Amino acid sequence: MKSTKLTYLLVLGLALTFAAAGCKRKPVNVTPLPEPRAGTVGGEGPSTLPPGESIKPGEEVKPGGLATTGLEEFENMVADRAALAAQTVHFDYDSSVVKSGEKPKVEAVASALKSDSAAKLLIEGHCDERGTEEYNRALGERRALALREALAKLGIDPNRIRTISYGKDRPVENGHDESAWKLNRRGEFILLHPKA
Amino acid sequence: MKNTTCLKLSIIVASLFGFASATPAQRDAQIEVNTGVGLGNTPPIWLSLSGFTDEAAEVIRFDLYVQGFNFTNAEAAQYLLTGSNNGNVQGQLSDRFNKKAMLGKSYTGASLRRQAHALADDVVEAITGTKGIAQTKIAFKVNTGANSEIYVADFDGHNAQAVTHDNTIVAAPAWVPGKLALYYTSYRLGNPDIFYQDLSTGQRRAVAQYSGLNTSAAPSPDGSKVAMILSKSGSPDVYVAEADGSNLKQLTKTPEDESSPCWSPDGKWICYATRINERRVLCKVPAAGGAALRIPTSGVSNPSEPDWSPDGKWIAFTAQMGDFEICIVPAQGNGPATVLVSGEDPSWAPNGRTLIYARRQSGRYVLSLLDVPTKQVKDVFRISGSDSQPSWAK
Repeated sequence: MKSTKLTYLLVLGLALTFAAAGCKRKPVNVTPLPEPRAGTVGGEGPSTLPPGESIKPGEEVKPGGLATTGLEEFENMVADRAALAAQTVHFDYDSSVVKSGEKPKVEAVASALKSDSAAKLLIEGHCDERGTEEYNRALGERRALALREALAKLGIDPNRIRTISYGKDRPVENGHDESAWKLNRRGEFILLHPKA
Repeated sequence: MKNTTCLKLSIIVASLFGFASATPAQRDAQIEVNTGVGLGNTPPIWLSLSGFTDEAAEVIRFDLYVQGFNFTNAEAAQYLLTGSNNGNVQGQLSDRFNKKAMLGKSYTGASLRRQAHALADDVVEAITGTKGIAQTKIAFKVNTGANSEIYVADFDGHNAQAVTHDNTIVAAPAWVPGKLALYYTSYRLGNPDIFYQDLSTGQRRAVAQYSGLNTSAAPSPDGSKVAMILSKSGSPDVYVAEADGSNLKQLTKTPEDESSPCWSPDGKWICYATRINERRVLCKVPAAGGAALRIPTSGVSNPSEPDWSPDGKWIAFTAQMGDFEICIVPAQGNGPATVLVSGEDPSWAPNGRTLIYARRQSGRYVLSLLDVPTKQVKDVFRISGSDSQPSWAK
């Protein structure tokens, strides 16, 4: 009697397991997924990551020992974009060579710096839209540096000159043809005067 | 009789929950070089999908397509994925050719979208033996006109959120391997500087703030070091430092502009774009310092923005030849480059076969995914503005 009951239960148990796991192919593996927490990347909604906290300009770079080299003497100066706007130098495609036709502009910038010994210079390097982004950022810097070298050759102390590249992020012309592109491949000179 | 039933049952149960122990027909998720198959010529894995609807079905299709699957009817497919998303996602996968069930799972919690991604990942792993990418993340730049910000999102572009609010120019986000942290460039302090940001706290610190250009941070595969492009010595060169920017070492010293360093997965080499004799080339330099070697990219010109594949075998990069093309080349330099698809700035997924990249469309960039072996592409869900410079979290 007992064994019949046992057999019955066993068969029933097996049948149920069989039905659950086998014939009807119902899934039995349940995977619970973690709920999003604050601080989890891309949780399930917008506010689960805090935005980058603000950085105060002039804050010392961590770790100790690394200085913000070379830029302290350019702080507290007033920028004058207009003074040398006419001397913007243009470059050939994919090149940082200062063309001979552009040299008179470089000379004019050198004169302006020689006649005002307290002034410093910021050179912005720019590219047209056709390059890739990081390549253009490096090329824009190379253009600004080439102009600094040209000024150094004319006797200007390179420590008076700071460079900054904007890659293709700051075009002057938004067109998509050579007439726009050639204007965007440029080095701009921004005269810096000490605050009175 | 009891014993026979038990045996039959255990066989059935075992086969239902068996995993990829039985050889799947197409386990290979790697890119073959010389078999004539691969590099865009591999046929997809054919799968039939049924029972899923709406967003869950879209998610599963998207996730599988960009990992080399394609869809057909149940009579033609090797694999059948059936299931439902009525309240929660559940699915059963079987192999029609080998007549066996491969998995049966139900998912709860998070969102329906996330459950569908989890199922897609389990399907990919069951069939190919490699981990799926459906639950991975990307970082990228969103340009909204004059300014840009760094964003992170699911790999398919959903759940995007800004991690900077600098109202200036940002560039070149790079995930720190295994960490919820990014390097990126920001002009927030009036100069292109490299920052490290802990995404779980929002805390950030400057890593390179030298005069001139500080950009293109690339963390080493173990996260202990970072390569970057600095122009502090008079020309944009490749430098390497500890992860916090200390112990700086200059690796290249050319008058040309180096750009876009990337590491080999063994951490020994750094590949980058430069110029030799007026020609734009890819080179690699030992991360510990030493002579640079050229990586030939025969068949294409003007390479830039390299990214080394997770298995070490390939370098994906942009070739600029009138248009921009995503290409790959054997990292050992022993084969020609292959053009894959129009686009720029590729970043490898951790699966070593899917790439994310940017392509130009109507005057702005959109992000797109490419499965290299099958050449199947899908655009990522658009955020806003122009989305570019993607970096895949590994």
